[in-house]
Amino acid sequence: MTPSPPRLAVSGLEVAFGGLTALDGVSFDVRPGETVALIGPNGAGKTTAFNAICGLVKPRKGTVHIDGRPAPARTTRLLAAGVARTLQGLGLFDRLTVLDNVRAPLIALRDRDADAKARTVLDDLGLTGLADRPAGALPYPERKRVALARALAPRPRLLLLDEPAGGLGPADIDALAETVDRLDCAVLLVEHHVDFVMRTADRIVVLDFGRVIATGTPDEVRDDPAVEAAYLGVEAAA
Amino acid sequence: MDRLLFLLAAGLARGAVLALFALSLVIVWRAARVVNFAQAAMAAAAVYAAFHATAATGSYWIGLATGLAAGALLGAAVERGLMRRLPAHAPLPGIIVAIGLVMVLQAGLAIAFGPEHRPMHPPFSQRPFVIGGVPLLSPYDLFTLGAAAAVMAALALLFNRTPLGLRLRAAAFAPETARLAGVRVPRMVALGWALSAAAAALAALLLVPTELGLNPHAVDLLFVNAFAVAVIGGLDSPAGALLAGIGTGLLVSLVTGYASASAAPLAVLALMTLVLLVRPGGLLAAKEARTA
Repeated sequence: MTPSPPRLAVSGLEVAFGGLTALDGVSFDVRPGETVALIGPNGAGKTTAFNAICGLVKPRKGTVHIDGRPAPARTTRLLAAGVARTLQGLGLFDRLTVLDNVRAPLIALRDRDADAKARTVLDDLGLTGLADRPAGALPYPERKRVALARALAPRPRLLLLDEPAGGLGPADIDALAETVDRLDCAVLLVEHHVDFVMRTADRIVVLDFGRVIATGTPDEVRDDPAVEAAYLGVEAAA
Repeated sequence: MDRLLFLLAAGLARGAVLALFALSLVIVWRAARVVNFAQAAMAAAAVYAAFHATAATGSYWIGLATGLAAGALLGAAVERGLMRRLPAHAPLPGIIVAIGLVMVLQAGLAIAFGPEHRPMHPPFSQRPFVIGGVPLLSPYDLFTLGAAAAVMAALALLFNRTPLGLRLRAAAFAPETARLAGVRVPRMVALGWALSAAAAALAALLLVPTELGLNPHAVDLLFVNAFAVAVIGGLDSPAGALLAGIGTGLLVSLVTGYASASAAPLAVLALMTLVLLVRPGGLLAAKEARTA
């Protein structure tokens, strides 16, 4: 019996902006149901990797496969391929209501039950009472939850979370970690909050200067000297 | 008193046309963050299409449908052929291209059809109903009001109550996010231009029979006043365009009636200056519009 392909397989990814190499032969995968964290110091190439997976930047070399098939070249077809993403800067439709924000991807997919599905996700994330308010008028933690709700609404098989814990307080981070733990889809997340990563990730991929310098479980990565030197060591010293 | 009632009634019909044309500018602004200075020339081209369709068939309604279709096609063509190719996040190239398009279209129309005014006949009488001895709206004024109101209501429903409207708004408000949410942003922007140009064509089609007639510059003054209306309303606010359109229509009518027609543009300019001094973003501007 042939083993099922990974949900996401990134192989030999190279991205350059002019003379600057942002990603240099990056390879990793995310298996169904697994949560993988992509970490590294600022400028390591984490968000560039996300953008390459989403088709927002064109890699010079390398491949991205989703469920064994080449990732769609057009960003707009990503959702249909089962991939949803949150953005570092939230990327909400501030002037639309919370409900419309969450309905938008379902409408784009021409889902006939868009309204009901959006309301279910809002209910799951405790946002029902805010459904009719403009997203831009909400406090930051609620806006983060709306961004997550919008990504979850089309029930993706692969969820890309770009700094989901950024700017949140301890209680909100705890709630977010519980939500991520409950997800049954594969998750790839970029995050600077080390405790959150250690708590939620099954595996960690560490990038530094566009290269993978370590891969392993949270415990393996924590004890890796190269990681300590490049990233965690700095954190620990601080 | 009779005169005041007459002028208010006439101002209402004029205001509806102004509001519709201003709404067309607002739609493009929301979709592409461009003030389409070519809107008048594009609308004039659509009216020429309507004029010739009516002349060929003898039917005002076929001409009207042809004008709307021509407007929509021209709007989509301008977006796909010109505006889409310009650098994003820089408003100046869009303005320069729009001004260039005005010159090309107006020169082209003058070469093709001549500079003279061609009379266009309205489908209904322009003789006002007299109620209690006071002349009020004519059947054509009522048609103008009804058509403009119906189209504005239809556009409001489309944008606010339909899945397509949600995609149009998502693409306009946050294109990058909309792409990630699966919205085909270029298609939505092209559709926005088509809707906008069709609305402008309708406003021009309603106006031209009440003026001197059709020539390549027949819609220029409507554009100038409608641009002022859009700015007064808040540039990205459809409700602002409606409110400011009706208000400006009434103002123009009253100033024309009690002072002179040549004072009307000054009154519009004074109103715009006053509003911008009090509310720099316009009457109903969202916060984003003031900094955009």
